[in-house]
Amino acid sequence: MPDPHAEHFPGRIHQPPLVANLEAIQPHDQIELPHHPKLQHHFDDMAQQIEASTLGMWVFLVTEIMFFGGLFAAYLVYRHANPEGFAEASHHLNVTWGAVNTIVLIVSSLTMALAVRSAQISAPPKTQVAWIGATMLLGATFLGVKAIEYADKFAHHLVPGPNFRWEGKHPAPAEIFYSLYFCMTGLHALHMIIGLGIMTVIGIMALRRTFDADYYTPVEIAGLYWHFVDIVWIFLFPLLYLIGGHFTE
Amino acid sequence: METLNYLNNGHGLKSWLLTKDHKRIAVLYLVSITLFFVIGGFFAMLVRLELLTPAGDLLTSETYNKMFTMHGVVMVFFFLIPSIPATLGNFLIPIMVGAKDLAFPRINLLSWYIYVLGGIFTLVAALSGGVDTGWTFYTPYSTAAANGHVITAALGVFITGFSSILTGLNFIVTIHRMRAPGLTWFRLPLFVWSHYATSLIMVLGTPVIAITVLLVAAERALHLGIFDPSLGGDPVLFQHLFWFYSHPAVYIMILPAMGVISEIVQAFARKNIFGYSFVAFSSLAIAIIGFLVWGHHIFVAGQSVYAGMVFSFLSFVVAIPSAIKVFNWTATIYKGSVSFDSPMLYAFGFIGLFTIGGLTGLFLAAMGLDIHVHDTYFVVAHFHYIMVGGAIMGYLGGLHYWWPKISGRIYSEPWAKFSALLVFTGFNLTFFPQFIAGYLGMPRRYHAYPPEFQVLNVASTLGASILAVGYVIPLIYFTYSLVAGEKSVNDPWGARGLEWEIPSPPPTENFTVSPVVTEGTHQYVHPSQEVGLA
Amino acid sequence: MSDGQGHFGHAHIAPASMYYKVFGALIVGTILTVFAAKVDMGALNNVVMLLIAGTKATLVILFFMHVRWSTRLTWVVAAAGFFWLLLLFSVIGDYISRGWVPGTLR
Repeated sequence: MPDPHAEHFPGRIHQPPLVANLEAIQPHDQIELPHHPKLQHHFDDMAQQIEASTLGMWVFLVTEIMFFGGLFAAYLVYRHANPEGFAEASHHLNVTWGAVNTIVLIVSSLTMALAVRSAQISAPPKTQVAWIGATMLLGATFLGVKAIEYADKFAHHLVPGPNFRWEGKHPAPAEIFYSLYFCMTGLHALHMIIGLGIMTVIGIMALRRTFDADYYTPVEIAGLYWHFVDIVWIFLFPLLYLIGGHFTE
Repeated sequence: METLNYLNNGHGLKSWLLTKDHKRIAVLYLVSITLFFVIGGFFAMLVRLELLTPAGDLLTSETYNKMFTMHGVVMVFFFLIPSIPATLGNFLIPIMVGAKDLAFPRINLLSWYIYVLGGIFTLVAALSGGVDTGWTFYTPYSTAAANGHVITAALGVFITGFSSILTGLNFIVTIHRMRAPGLTWFRLPLFVWSHYATSLIMVLGTPVIAITVLLVAAERALHLGIFDPSLGGDPVLFQHLFWFYSHPAVYIMILPAMGVISEIVQAFARKNIFGYSFVAFSSLAIAIIGFLVWGHHIFVAGQSVYAGMVFSFLSFVVAIPSAIKVFNWTATIYKGSVSFDSPMLYAFGFIGLFTIGGLTGLFLAAMGLDIHVHDTYFVVAHFHYIMVGGAIMGYLGGLHYWWPKISGRIYSEPWAKFSALLVFTGFNLTFFPQFIAGYLGMPRRYHAYPPEFQVLNVASTLGASILAVGYVIPLIYFTYSLVAGEKSVNDPWGARGLEWEIPSPPPTENFTVSPVVTEGTHQYVHPSQEVGLA
Repeated sequence: MSDGQGHFGHAHIAPASMYYKVFGALIVGTILTVFAAKVDMGALNNVVMLLIAGTKATLVILFFMHVRWSTRLTWVVAAAGFFWLLLLFSVIGDYISRGWVPGTLR
């Protein structure tokens, strides 16, 4: 076993130690101090763990902002180039369905926030599950409405590609509008589906009495994700459905 | 009785493939990245063989297009972008901040699996017939006309992007939230600062190329019209979205190497870095300003001249923080106690070659000159000076410097010096003639060229052969050291840093308890004060 | 604790009534934006629409996502995300500035 402080290259003398507590760098058996069962071993304490987890989810949401951002940037460029064409294309979207979905998602954000709160105050598991379940129900409703809308688009030849047919004055911008419509709402719906998957896991964990005032990190960060998906729709709705001022009822 | 370290703590494939230890994950990355480097090098070899003669006689033009495309895709996305962060960064950052692991160890492992999955998609694309769009996937060729497996390759890039995002996310949270007591920001090693800046780019930029290549795949598969001119779509929009990431991406490739050089220069001049805070802030400046210059790739493609002027000016500005680093490294070496071990040879190579590469970047940033040399070998030479003369030399220097820590073994120093010289010689012989060829008008991405360029191309191919040998030799002596190399002490180089305080190789948990740090990790003790320390 | 800088920002538990109030504001905003779209205000329509959407998003971020009581770092990260989004939108600058330099093609 080589002396850890020996010279390997002659003349290269070891620098003085950096650490104040030399036991940190001595080989030693790990001592297991009493800690919360959910504390991961590389964190010092629960406070560090929840701070790191929350920061991690926020950084991830920033990546999601930039991910959707590319589509919004394309929307900006094409709407700037074709203001009338986009307005004309937007008229065929059903504002009622869009508004209903917006309300549905806002309610789901409320129930999600209350789900997090119920864990924070150590509410009984069935209360937590109730709020989580309500959130999921509303999310599923959103997807149901989108399915109805998409079916309508298919029926009216508004899906870009070889079957696209546009009767109005601006067919080319309309096809670009609907390309963006499907990409943006499709990507959003995919995130919704993933959100439902996440909430299923959270719901199961809540059923198993995992969450209380001492530990509710997964609910909190699932909530952050859910609210983000809501915020994307808050912008998608007016940008896609409400251009030009006229709309079909 | 062998002491327990991260390498022998747990045996068998499962203990490696299901590990949460950042050091083992770094080794997994090291192996896969080396594999992709060899694959990318193979494509380069075919390109250079074809270019030995003016006629397109070795490969058809279609096949040649596939060769340079696959070379670019593999080297950029599967070698250069992950290289230092995923290997050296993963290994060292927790140790350098005094932590037991990164903030999210399982996400770290996931990032490796995502990288491998993306790599499989790309290899499938290559083996099924390849892609010929160039690594830049320009539309409308890629969406409407290209020959080959664009969708598979685009999905491979898309998937691997998430590996990069997760690595960056992990580093940011770790550096913010897991520093040991007493380890303030300005006591951190510059290697950590440069990886923090790199992580900002990974997190902010990669999602944009993710959505862009996804749109290319969607447009090709579903015949959407977003980049299709016949529907009013705009190919220049693709270029904007593509380069919004891909320019900052080049800073992902170079910033970690700069961090490595900062460490090596201090260790082998045995002197504190000159202007620590300037070097630290310059990393952040490069990361941020690097997001403001993407339009310099679109000067001649149809962008407005006004925007071109703005981007040109900002491209000059972004050179300033890089220059600050070069000046500070030089000032560090000045009057230091310099030794010319192999890591330091790579550092010297980096400083010189990066300066040339960076300078030629300024030439390209001047719009008038760019019109003349755009899409010629001048551009090819410029970015290879930075990517190969810079980034890869930084990577190799770092591998050599930290090899004793990672493997617990000492490699053969005479062979290391020899291959460093081979790399330097081979590199310059490969790429300097390309500056000349490009300036004289030889276009890039052509498999046949006018005969007057043959001498330059032969020199370049000869250089590439020497360079290849220079890359193969380290593979041999590193592997040899694993089985028969001398065992390393904690601190074989006499260097400063938390990583040199713990054993080589380190134990799985890095530190027994959190180290308490009382001063900057770069406070080198001057040799005159070293008497009595040993 | 890593560096003593951030404290346990989630110790703050808001009363349920706060969430309901924010919810009410969000519903009002939605109704407003639908009716504002029916009124022709020219270019102002876009401004109004974005202002309402921005306000709704801010309410969700501050209250539902707890940024109001989070560390400064969280706030900086969220702000940086939106700032970078705006940076990406500067792509439109190319299209707007075509023809601005006299004597050139673009």
